[in-house]
Amino acid sequence: MSEDKKSRWSRRDLLKGIASVPIVGSVWWAGASKGVNNTQARDSILKTLNINASPPPPSGPMVGDPIRIGIIGFGIRGPQLCRALGFGQKSWLESMAEAAKKNPKDTRLSSFLAQEHLNIHITAVCDLFDVRAQDAIDSFSTDDVKVQRFRTHQELVESNVVDAVVIATPDHWHAPIAIAALQAGKHVYVEKPMTHNIKETYALKDAVEASNVVFQVGHQHRQTQSFLTAQDVVKKNILGHVSLIQANTNRNDDNGAWQYPIHEKANPNTIDWKQFIGNAPMVPFNSEHFFRWRKWWAYGSGLSGDLMSHDYDRVNCILKMGIPNSVVASGGIYTHKDGRNVPDVMQVNMEFPDFSTGSSQLEGKEKGMTMVYSATLGNQYGRTTAFMGHDATMEVGNSLTIYADGNSTKFKEKLVSEEMDPNVPIYQYDPASGSVDGVTSATAKYFADKGLLWTYRDGKRVDSTHLHVREWLSCIRNGGTPSCNIKEGFEEAMTSHMGGLSYKLGRRIDWDQAKQEIVPVKGYDLDEALLEDKEKIV
Amino acid sequence: MTTDINLSRTGRNSLILLRLFIGWHFLYEGVLKLYNPAWTSKAYLSSAELLSPFFQWLASDGMIHLVDNLNIFGLMVVGLSLLLGYFERVGSIFGICLLLMYYLAHPALPGASQAGTEGSYWIINKNLIEAAALYVLYQLPTGAYFGLHSLKKNLLTPQTK
Repeated sequence: MSEDKKSRWSRRDLLKGIASVPIVGSVWWAGASKGVNNTQARDSILKTLNINASPPPPSGPMVGDPIRIGIIGFGIRGPQLCRALGFGQKSWLESMAEAAKKNPKDTRLSSFLAQEHLNIHITAVCDLFDVRAQDAIDSFSTDDVKVQRFRTHQELVESNVVDAVVIATPDHWHAPIAIAALQAGKHVYVEKPMTHNIKETYALKDAVEASNVVFQVGHQHRQTQSFLTAQDVVKKNILGHVSLIQANTNRNDDNGAWQYPIHEKANPNTIDWKQFIGNAPMVPFNSEHFFRWRKWWAYGSGLSGDLMSHDYDRVNCILKMGIPNSVVASGGIYTHKDGRNVPDVMQVNMEFPDFSTGSSQLEGKEKGMTMVYSATLGNQYGRTTAFMGHDATMEVGNSLTIYADGNSTKFKEKLVSEEMDPNVPIYQYDPASGSVDGVTSATAKYFADKGLLWTYRDGKRVDSTHLHVREWLSCIRNGGTPSCNIKEGFEEAMTSHMGGLSYKLGRRIDWDQAKQEIVPVKGYDLDEALLEDKEKIV
Repeated sequence: MTTDINLSRTGRNSLILLRLFIGWHFLYEGVLKLYNPAWTSKAYLSSAELLSPFFQWLASDGMIHLVDNLNIFGLMVVGLSLLLGYFERVGSIFGICLLLMYYLAHPALPGASQAGTEGSYWIINKNLIEAAALYVLYQLPTGAYFGLHSLKKNLLTPQTK
């Protein structure tokens, strides 16, 4: 090869130099086409769906004089509600600081400290266990505001040191205390289930309607962004006719099975046993009954009242379907044969034959819906809450995911053109990314499913319970009706009682819509049956 | 640029093939994301377990836009440099940095969750293998034989006539 040839570009040199340029062009074209197609498909689907979250329940400024709050019941949920109000127990603050030190990803303390100040004072506590009452006094008293202990709820609600009460007692005390507070003119926030039996459900409804104070039941998911989004999904009839809803409880640990620790200082001298029993049958002092009251119908409401009430209200806040026409339940004590008399496995079928979320088919073809609640305290496999419609299925938790149905009428064209794939979500709200996505991958779904307990407001992560108590306080200050008021509480309580009764009596329980009552069952006093051990009901 | 190691023609061609394949992969990823404005790395970063404060910071509202754009730009620059055979050593280093970031966010360590991956990995996963391959390309550049660099070489060669 001559020197001349070496120093000039030969055709071969030129080819070797620019041969990869067409590859660049091809790869660019392929990537751009795919990217543009994805974007167009996403935009087209989002435009078709046009989903916007419903506005959150109105909640105004926390201005004016501090609201004085009395805490009735300071066991497990009581301290949680106090944190939602902005008051952390000393022991909790210390343990959270320790946890954050050990694990920087543990943001429980920083989230609590970042919570909005609600301009309230905790001025009173009523707990029947001396240790817990003293804990509240020691934790929440300040130089200006001393927390006062009352031995009975009656004394607390009638005192002039509280404007409002938070009730987090065992279930059998919810209604008696709420009614006493309402009659004393005090605002009420009561934990779920709203009542323990049928009779007191009517009594509490009457008391709320006769009062001019603010009443809220503790179903905090009503504040969660995914549920607000789900309301719009249903309003826009994206799911088509929903014929089946499945909601579930799966827990497989002591805490989940209500096997709470028993305090070492628990004894007849530190616990007001007689008052704890209240309207339940008197039994000798039993610390297990006091600390693990959810295991007995005399004080708690079993799976149907304790946990199904949450799931029912999660669905009711989206669909507003009200009380089912009938309920059939079954179950048993299959995992925790520890002396409890509430079931640890339970299935409740709720029928709504006249209800419809809408239709995309011939008018009159579709009507009626079943909600299935399925629970076990012996397994923790995560089953989703699913709204199953003719056109789409919606999974709702802290995230929200919608899949088109392969045989949808509404989305037929998009399914045929493969713009929609029944196996790929057509919509997803993911609190982790704070954004929505039209077409998401399996990976994105995996991440989205992780969210729990929190929701987002203005891009900031917030405790849903904090928002729920804030809404209650806002209504006290600025007027308005809370999102889980007596109508919603009445529906939740009656449905829960129907579930409990069906399990106890082993038969279908019907609701008379006209009379607004559970249809009597010959030979049974339903209230007595509700509180009695299933085995003792003849 | 040439290497001191004597490679057979087959060995050199093998390296060129590897370079083109990795460049293809990077460029396609970058362009796909460039034309899909809804794409974001937020979920990937915010779910990082190792070095989570750092990745959480990258995923924060103030940073994520910049991080996403830098990622797209980086992917495309690496892809172009390898495909075109121009500044391929710089591209290889950038590529290694990107891949190590992806790896550190979700390392294939025992006990760490392997979300969104196909196959099974123990410590070594595809990100690390691709990073190792880029290191080979860094050590043994081939742009002078196949790619724009070969033109540059000839341009700079003094003309004798």
